[in-house]
Amino acid sequence: MATKSLQKLGSDLAQSNKQLKILSNGIFKNGELPTFKDKISETNQFPLKAKKLEILQINVGYMCNQVCDHCHVDAGPDRKEIMTRDTMKQCLEVIKKSGAHTLDLTGGAPEMNPDFRWFVEEAAKVGIKDFIVRSNLTIIRANKKYYDLPEFFKKHNVHVVSSMPHWTKGKTDKQRGDGVFDKSIKALQELNAIGYGMPGSNLKLDLVYNPSGAFLPGDQAAMQKDFKKALMDDFGIEFHNLFAITNLPIARFLDYLIASENYEDYMYSLVEAYNPAAVSNVMCTNTLSISWDGYLFDCDFNQMLELPVNSKSRHISDFNEELLEGRDIVISQHCYGCTAGAGSSCQGNVT
Amino acid sequence: MQKTYYDPADLKKFGKISEWNEELGSKFFDYYNSVFKEGALSEREKSLIALAVSHTIQCPYCIDAYTGDSLKRGITKEEMMEALHVASAIRGGATLVHGVQMMNKVNKLDG
Ligand code: SF4
Ligand code: SF4
Repeated sequence: MATKSLQKLGSDLAQSNKQLKILSNGIFKNGELPTFKDKISETNQFPLKAKKLEILQINVGYMCNQVCDHCHVDAGPDRKEIMTRDTMKQCLEVIKKSGAHTLDLTGGAPEMNPDFRWFVEEAAKVGIKDFIVRSNLTIIRANKKYYDLPEFFKKHNVHVVSSMPHWTKGKTDKQRGDGVFDKSIKALQELNAIGYGMPGSNLKLDLVYNPSGAFLPGDQAAMQKDFKKALMDDFGIEFHNLFAITNLPIARFLDYLIASENYEDYMYSLVEAYNPAAVSNVMCTNTLSISWDGYLFDCDFNQMLELPVNSKSRHISDFNEELLEGRDIVISQHCYGCTAGAGSSCQGNVT
Repeated sequence: MQKTYYDPADLKKFGKISEWNEELGSKFFDYYNSVFKEGALSEREKSLIALAVSHTIQCPYCIDAYTGDSLKRGITKEEMMEALHVASAIRGGATLVHGVQMMNKVNKLDG
């Protein structure tokens, strides 16, 4: 279990250009596997184009109370990239202007941004249809000052989406750290107690499952059934939907794949599971990702790889939805993670 | 010259079996895929049975495939190992239960 980010460790893989090189060399350079561009060209889906903007995903900072082994953000307590209130104000302007129906706050642990609550209060006033906060659950139990987060979320009708890698303690703690399972269970029970995740409740509570190792997620509906049964039988916990998300080969997951000598096999399994039907719905086609310093990206993964949008509008200060619509999406081999099997996005399957 | 009988990469070529006999090959894969669909047993239960049987028949391809399949389904290593012990118990028991035949014979010849 990691305790420091790759960045803090001074690892080569903390650099996005090194990651991009790995993703373009080796098996993709020598033709053993087709590049993502070649693959989507087979069905005339290149270039991948952005459609109408529906989801604004804002990354308010890479700081996190956890250091999960497979984090694509390389987040951790040592990360200092935090969105300022000024940038948040600019984001609010964008939220007001844009036609997006969903606002999705992510991190790191978004709650650790000192202006997080202010931002949620202001953003909630804009009246966006679906206001998501990606909460890692343990943050709610991490420190007294966070204990009231469930009530705070409820007050602003926030849709809570939380990671839960498994319904057993062993598999959860292996990926996310000792004690994470117990704290997550407690946090889920607290959310349930005020109405989150209950059948028929408007207070939405969804869980995100991503595999704890170098394998792809199983069928989302079957996993949801298993999660629901186990969490209910063992802890009396309810939740709404389970999103099964594929781990993308970047940042700490890429580091893990290489260190465990699983990289090539994993890329093979992604390419083998390639599903052309998923391509037209990958999340970059209707999502924009905004970084802590206000830059625009096709998705949170491209943000971490520092691949900016291919548009004249590249920063929230010159946000222009018309210019952004129809832009060519910037792709590399990590994109195979979004098109494997039933496809994968921050909202789970895409087919 | 290839130095081993088994190559992990061959597992991916399983489907090619049909190339030399399309009719029987596709019948087999149709059957195979139907077997693993959810029925009276869940896909999860079937995957665990497959994992246990893989070890009984000691097929490295199957072990590879169904270990991966179990992980994908969120099956824990405790569940996997218990399934293997079921296979092992039956296999060991099958050896041992023939001891009754041995005993019968000894008793007859040398009783
Ligand atoms: S996966 Fe989420 S909770 Fe874990 S370190 Fe990354 S941002 Fe934090
Ligand atoms: S990784 Fe990003 S850019 Fe690539 S397909 Fe997925 S969402 Fe689109």
